[in-house]
Amino acid sequence: MERPFAITLDVGTSLANRTGSWRTQRPVYTTLIPPCNAACPAGENCQAWLYAAEEGDYRTAWERIMQDNPLPAVMGRVCYHPCESACNRGHLDEAVGINSVERFLGDLAIDKGWTVPAPATSTGRKVLVVGAGPSGLTAAHHLRRMGHEVQIREAGPLAGGMMRFGIPSYRLPRDILQAEIERICDLGVDLRLNCPVTDLRGTMRTEGFDAAFVAVGAHVAKHTQIPAGESARILDAVTLLRSMEGQDKPMLGRRVVVYGGGNTALDAARTAKRLGATEAVVVYRRTRDRMPAHDIEVEEALQEGVLMRWLSTIRQADEGKVLMERMELDETGFPQPTGEVEELEADTLVLALGQDADLRLLQDVPGVTIENGVVQVGDDLMTAEPGIFAGGDMVPSDRTVTVAVGHGRKAAKNIDAWLRGTTYQAPPKSEPATFDRLNTWYYSDAPRTVRPVLDAARRHSTFEEVVGGLDESTALFEARRCLSCGNCFECDNCYGVCPDNAVINLGPGQGYRIDLDYCKGCGICVAECPCGAISLEPENH
Amino acid sequence: MPVQRVKFYQTGSFVVGNRLLPAEQRTVQSDLHRTNALTSGHRACQGCGEALGARYVVDAAMRAADGKVIAVNATGCLEVFSTPYPETSWQVPWMHSLFGNAPAVATGVAAALRAKGRTDVRVIGQGGDGSTVDIGFGVLSGMFERNDDVLYVCYDNEAYMNTGIQRSGATPPAARTMTTQAVGAEPGNAFGQGKNLPALAMAHEIGYVATATVADLRDLEHKVHRAMGLRGARYLHVLVPCPLGWGIPSGHTVRLARLATRCGLFPVFEAEHGEVTGVTPIRRRVGVEEYLRPQKRYAHVFSPEPRQDMIDALQARADRNIRRFGLLDGRPDEDGGDAPRRNDACCQNNTSCQNNTSCQNEAPCRSEEQS
Ligand SMILES: Cc1cc2nc3c(=O)[nH]c(=O)nc-3n(C[C@H](O)[C@H](O)[C@H](O)COP(=O)(O)OP(=O)(O)OC[C@H]3O[C@@H](n4cnc5c(N)ncnc54)[C@H](O)[C@@H]3O)c2cc1C
Ligand SMILES: Cc1ncc(C[n+]2csc(CCOP(=O)(O)OP(=O)(O)O)c2C)c(N)n1
Ligand code: SF4
Ligand SMILES: [Mg+2]
Repeated sequence: MERPFAITLDVGTSLANRTGSWRTQRPVYTTLIPPCNAACPAGENCQAWLYAAEEGDYRTAWERIMQDNPLPAVMGRVCYHPCESACNRGHLDEAVGINSVERFLGDLAIDKGWTVPAPATSTGRKVLVVGAGPSGLTAAHHLRRMGHEVQIREAGPLAGGMMRFGIPSYRLPRDILQAEIERICDLGVDLRLNCPVTDLRGTMRTEGFDAAFVAVGAHVAKHTQIPAGESARILDAVTLLRSMEGQDKPMLGRRVVVYGGGNTALDAARTAKRLGATEAVVVYRRTRDRMPAHDIEVEEALQEGVLMRWLSTIRQADEGKVLMERMELDETGFPQPTGEVEELEADTLVLALGQDADLRLLQDVPGVTIENGVVQVGDDLMTAEPGIFAGGDMVPSDRTVTVAVGHGRKAAKNIDAWLRGTTYQAPPKSEPATFDRLNTWYYSDAPRTVRPVLDAARRHSTFEEVVGGLDESTALFEARRCLSCGNCFECDNCYGVCPDNAVINLGPGQGYRIDLDYCKGCGICVAECPCGAISLEPENH
Repeated sequence: MPVQRVKFYQTGSFVVGNRLLPAEQRTVQSDLHRTNALTSGHRACQGCGEALGARYVVDAAMRAADGKVIAVNATGCLEVFSTPYPETSWQVPWMHSLFGNAPAVATGVAAALRAKGRTDVRVIGQGGDGSTVDIGFGVLSGMFERNDDVLYVCYDNEAYMNTGIQRSGATPPAARTMTTQAVGAEPGNAFGQGKNLPALAMAHEIGYVATATVADLRDLEHKVHRAMGLRGARYLHVLVPCPLGWGIPSGHTVRLARLATRCGLFPVFEAEHGEVTGVTPIRRRVGVEEYLRPQKRYAHVFSPEPRQDMIDALQARADRNIRRFGLLDGRPDEDGGDAPRRNDACCQNNTSCQNNTSCQNEAPCRSEEQS
């Protein structure tokens, strides 16, 4: 080739120079577990569905929830949202309102009549689910979607378990509950009401069930010896709350004393208020910080005018009054009587001392062990009897709807594997996306004008059921506050900040790839990734 | 209660791209088809801020000028690492002559284009702080004075890096370089010397002068776009940390540029015809120590004995910038006029308004906040 005067070489591109050989460390795209997901007892992937919601793709977001939890509208109301307590955004301004977005999605799905597809083919396997509480319903939903024949047997006249006969309707409207239950039945789950199982093994054998999931909850009120006059009116909280579902509302009188410190006690007191009691007093042996009830519920009860008497026990009940004794915590934190007594006017005394499980249906199953009134299960939720699984309130764990749903989901996976003669292997867990792994510079500060609005919306969503949850714009706003901890959200930062143009943008939805021919391993992309989704690893030469 | 009318993006607009933004509101750098004016295979050090800054600037200029840009480069790292003949990393027409004459060469290219009637082709000149502030300053001043149709960009890494870190007129006080060693009673570069080139450029009253950093891409692209929309002499001064010369880990280039603005030592603003017309207010202010401490060129300020007097003097410099440019409230001290303010706590109710770009809104954010 003819070259200009004094030119001896052709111009070539620097691409010939593979500067990747300088590298001693390399950036690697990773996925970390965001704290919300790690904290969710139902195993929801909050970050993933918020990601879809951020784009306004509510349908996808809802379907993503449904992969784990078939009761989003319920959960968006009654869950104590440990996800929000764990949310990294709490270190910046305020936790993302994950729960309220879930409720928005759940309600939208009911509104629009969204459904998930019924299974195309059947595995021919039959699973019996005992109890139509959140745990049983969830297991049934997932097992059905996996193609198994599922029958739920429920002792009561309506499905829902404690969601229907415990949680008051001012926190969980029954039409919402009913809609989500029906959606599960519409998948082809065979729900039999008024159909208690008394002999599990017998039922399974005679009707040819291949496996069973038992989730009968804990419905038997605990009692304590309180000397009581003949005309004292004493009631237990579960009975009181259950009767709210019937025609005749209970008569409690003007002054109601509730004994106990759990959520049930608070619901009983708040229900008493709504039934017209002028005074509802919760009496609890220890201090507020030791109450098993969740803080939100205590707050709401206080806001509604429920009175609290901490460090007190009931010694005696008589007509129109109870005798209360003041307690003191000893150095181990255990309440000790002081002998100081006080009289309290009370037309009704409600006992909310917890519930035991009625496990008689398991009494003939060999090997099933019951400790502290609950059934012992393995990590896979299987009892000592092969093929019989159990979950929810009747096994050792926290007693919440969310845990019950999580058990239902986990049991379904394990039952499915067991039916196929394998064992379920949970995918390996990645590292947690802790706050220090984020580069929060890149997240906008929440504009000040927004907060009061949001607070108001949140307040309504938590206790003014009539007013409802977030509307579309506030829900979208809230979803977009998610930091996407530990999960790439395609912000293009790595693609932008590389001085060597060594990050290949694979296009929308496809993520990125490091071009190792040119990546010098400087680490800017790692430092500038907002959500901590790139790590730097030593190069092994 | 205020009505919610906020477009609130998960990552605001500080990130390079944002899948929630419409394509036309994303940065040039997020574009799959950006020019990549400075492509891979160049020999800049790991984490070089100058390589990053140059691609940011030239890609943005290419977008603004419809791909018709000629770049003239002074001697320095940017030239040496990009073009070891016969290889080049430049994917734009590019020309290098000498250390001290890039503005004059750029002027010549512009004149030739004018003579040929090719006013559609735009010229940018570029160089390091040494070539701009020191040896090339005379010809640059001439270029300003004649109002030649060139955008001149200085990539300021605060020393002569290519020849092994010697002091330049842009080296900040107290910084150690090979020619300002950390010895004696006043270790490092002397206080009270050096040149403020953006101020000197403003003194020429040219149409547009601006500062930017590699830590705020949107702001930088906005300024290149602005500058390319004007004719005549324009000047852009971009802070580009140098891991080698500053003694910082290669991954911290962007972080240090950010800290330089957060502490006030590097004011980010724009000016027209000698008057400041906009400043980028400091978001999350830090003291100068936070910026100085990670850099080895300031190690002697902290050990063996902390030199509080030097830290205080540097803090005073930062405070002066903050006062002078109104870096905390976005209002320059001097004129107090209607300079557009950029504020990340802005109303964001205008979809084309992004944090850190000039608010086009008639009603200023502040009054909305109060409503
Ligand atoms: C008043 C109250 C308020 C609560 N509030 C909340 C809250 O706000 N948030 C929260 O997360 N949790 C709350 N909980 C706890 C939550 O309701 C329970 O943890 C959850 O319902 C347990 O689910 P489960 O499926 O294990 O059992 P359950 O919901 O109790 O359901 C068990 C079902 O099994 C049926 N059954 C029992 N025996 C048989 C049998 N032999 N054959 C067939 N069917 C049988 C029962 O009739 C029942 O329907 C509350 C509980 C109470 C009592
Ligand atoms: C007239 C002349 N003097 C000295 C040099 C040597 N030289 C080449 S680059 C350079 C320093 C460049 O410094 P700067 O402009 O700040 O660019 P940087 O390398 O820091 O990016 C020097 C002194 C030269 N090429 N020409
Ligand atoms: S010495 Fe500094 S400016 Fe030069 S290539 Fe290295 S990092 Fe870039
Ligand atoms: Mg330099």
